[in-house]
Amino acid sequence: MSKRKTPSLNTQSTADIAFLLLCYFLMVSTMDQNNGLQRRLPPMPDQNQKAEDQKVNRRNIIVVKINSADRLLAGNAPIDVSQLKDKIKEFLTNPADDPNLPAREDTEIEGFGTYPVSKGVISLQNDRGTSYRAYIAVQNELVKAVNELRDEFGRQHWGKPYVALTEDQQTIVKKAIPQNISEAEPKDVNSK
Amino acid sequence: MAAFKRSGKKEVPEVGTSSDIVFMFLFFFMVTTQMRQNEVKVHVTLPEASEVVKLERKDLASYINIGPPTKAYQQQYGTDARIQLNDSFKTTKDIRDFIAAERESMSEADRSFMQVAIKADQDVKMGTITDVKQELRRCSALKIMYFARKAQ
Repeated sequence: MSKRKTPSLNTQSTADIAFLLLCYFLMVSTMDQNNGLQRRLPPMPDQNQKAEDQKVNRRNIIVVKINSADRLLAGNAPIDVSQLKDKIKEFLTNPADDPNLPAREDTEIEGFGTYPVSKGVISLQNDRGTSYRAYIAVQNELVKAVNELRDEFGRQHWGKPYVALTEDQQTIVKKAIPQNISEAEPKDVNSK
Repeated sequence: MAAFKRSGKKEVPEVGTSSDIVFMFLFFFMVTTQMRQNEVKVHVTLPEASEVVKLERKDLASYINIGPPTKAYQQQYGTDARIQLNDSFKTTKDIRDFIAAERESMSEADRSFMQVAIKADQDVKMGTITDVKQELRRCSALKIMYFARKAQ
């Protein structure tokens, strides 16, 4: 057989077509980052029902207030955002069994056993004049405190951080270290 | 200067690989994009946060944009923070209808997983956002997400 030359296809235009498509996608695309802090709002209290304050023991609650100048008040003491995380961690763990810090109640957790779950609740209050930036910064610190505690819990019991745990283990951790952040009814922090 | 003399025909530089490169770009954009659903009329610079999680189901999210109107709309709407739902400026009163419409457009099974994504500019005052939150509570759309940029 004689050697035949393979016929070549004219592919020069594919580059142009690809360019056109590329331009199209460049135009229509947004590269939004869909990241954020997840929260659950409390349901609206029934209007017929008298708004009764939840009876939470005073020691079990820490009030974090942000005023209109974005200053922070945590548990009646002014504080900087950078210190908030440690304060919250101390509040939630109560390592020294301080009677002023939240009680820990032995709770049966399915598939794990009993664990002293903290009854602490973080109540976040803000002023109408607070900037969103400060609000998110504080929210972030609160979440960070809880996440670090969860990581510690995971390391202690399974030798892995929270994200590396299996789904069942994560549910256990979530029960052992709940994220109790309450966003209080809006009120003016300053008017008092 | 004989050394510089070209030998043979004039050659065209090889461009065959350029199409491959363009294709690679193309695929990159095809994978990373999502279609712009509606025009953004408010300027939003998201605040920074380090503990962010990814929004899991984009199709279940409804977006509320809050921020100062962009340049083109400042003449008409001023520079105060406004709420944008879908394609137009709205007030907190319209949130109820918006949420109802969003619920309606979802399938029965997905309704309970509906999530409201709040995209607010970092300089917005919390007063506006509190109003939105209260309205959302009234409509019992309780799952919300504060959008934030991932900080390093």
